[in-house]
Amino acid sequence: MLTRREGAICTVSMAALALVPLLAAAAGEPFYIGFVARIMIFGIAAVGLNFILGFGGMVSFGHAAFVGLGVYAVGLAVHHGVSDGFVHLGLVVALSAFAAFVIGAVCVRTSGLYFIMITLAFAQFLYFVGVGLKQYGGDDGLTFRGRSDFAAWLDLADAVTFYYFVWAILAAVLFVVYRFVQSRFGMALRGIRSNEQRIQGLGLPVFRYRLAAFVISGVICGIAGALLANLTQFVSPAYLHWTRSGDLLVMVIMGGFASVFGPVLGAALLLVLEELLSSYTEHWQLLLGPILILVVLFAKQGLMSALPPAGLQFKIRGHG
Amino acid sequence: MAEALLATESLVKQFGGLCATDRVSLEVARGEVHALIGPNGAGKTTLVGQVTGAIRPDSGRMFFQGRDITALPAHRRAHLGLARSFQISSIFLDMTALDNVALAVQIHQGHSFRLWRNARADQSLRAPARATLDQVGLAARADVMAAELSHGEQRQLEIAMALASAPKLLLLDEPMAGMGPNESQRMIELLRSLKGKVTILLVEHDMDAVFALADRITVMVQGRIVASGQPSEIRANEEVRRAYLGDAGSPR
Repeated sequence: MLTRREGAICTVSMAALALVPLLAAAAGEPFYIGFVARIMIFGIAAVGLNFILGFGGMVSFGHAAFVGLGVYAVGLAVHHGVSDGFVHLGLVVALSAFAAFVIGAVCVRTSGLYFIMITLAFAQFLYFVGVGLKQYGGDDGLTFRGRSDFAAWLDLADAVTFYYFVWAILAAVLFVVYRFVQSRFGMALRGIRSNEQRIQGLGLPVFRYRLAAFVISGVICGIAGALLANLTQFVSPAYLHWTRSGDLLVMVIMGGFASVFGPVLGAALLLVLEELLSSYTEHWQLLLGPILILVVLFAKQGLMSALPPAGLQFKIRGHG
Repeated sequence: MAEALLATESLVKQFGGLCATDRVSLEVARGEVHALIGPNGAGKTTLVGQVTGAIRPDSGRMFFQGRDITALPAHRRAHLGLARSFQISSIFLDMTALDNVALAVQIHQGHSFRLWRNARADQSLRAPARATLDQVGLAARADVMAAELSHGEQRQLEIAMALASAPKLLLLDEPMAGMGPNESQRMIELLRSLKGKVTILLVEHDMDAVFALADRITVMVQGRIVASGQPSEIRANEEVRRAYLGDAGSPR
């Protein structure tokens, strides 16, 4: 639920993000524009994952599949000379919705550990499909030239324009997810997470609600993937790898799964740590692990609950 | 038969070698409070589970308002007007009392695929939810998290959630379980106020409550119905005394 406190954190953060290109230009460090765009893209994906994790109680260990599908859809379309952004968007939404529908139709019948394992299995299946695509570089991936072309005035090749494009999509996704979460659908979803037996006894056909939520979540991640393809201009099965699904989970948990905005903070924390630590040592993951453990230990609801003002606490039952 | 709101026809359910429901034929007449009693392990909860659709019987059939519901899934039965409360309080602990009931109203309305409007600002959900909370005596606790309600209040909330679906038949599985005397008395008053408005199938161990409320009583022992009749008949029934009432002392 969006508390007044979360609204404040979200508004301040989005305003700060909107200033980044100006500050980067002033500091003469254009690198940060691309870097923060990347944070926002993973933020979108993490918000998408959290829609089913935090609000639906479905812990998916395979959401890299949808991000990867978005990357491949845009990458291969551009590679084959299709650069129309609206075609890309339609393709990505259709593809990720279809994949989420098929995968979800199997997964959402299960729960707990089974759900985790089956989502993981599907994502790994797609990973190996990606490895097998020899004509597109297989394991090594494929670099392509060009970006989604939406309109003459929207030149995504320009780093600042692309940055604000990503910012606008992040804002739109946050707004939409916020509306969904507090709608009747969102209440039903929370009820399913809270007490599935009870909500069935009340007469809710649980399966179709969980599936619909899974599809919405998958499409959001697909859109993040499309943006990622535009940022990196590179497709590779690495985007589909299970460690990427793990990254998304870490972002959600560190940011705070009880909120809509929390996962964006998680994405920022993970990517900033990665950037900072890897500049000191190539064994940066050795340092990352303990830091993550400390964050989870000292901020049980993630960064979202650790930020001031702490006056309004989240009312949420611990998952256990 | 024509009067029966709910009828089961030789229901059988076995768990391994144990026959939890042994050819049970039960009729609940429209408007009555029908108590189902029996010692622990008699199969009362299993029977309720089959009526609500949570458990599939091995054989036999069930009719609700004359319609065969044996093959219907639980959520469809709920929409026909079958509502239940659980033996162990089953509510949404991380929501307020009002949200709990509003969600029940929403599901009863059948319009949960609405993604945009704020459900908490929707008076078509909030108003009936408040009225139902008032009916069970929880109006003052509407904005309290369900997890923070007392045990007795949680049971009242459960009844409110069942009532929110305007049920034709209310299946109450031990609504007095774990309650102190004061809480029990309040629950008896609440159920008495519902008498005549809704048909109730009441599974209960509290004999004071059963004899205070029931129009008819059915006694189950080891999966089988051993007696069914008016409270006075049940009180006088020798077999019932021996099988069930005997060990707890005769009722009052």
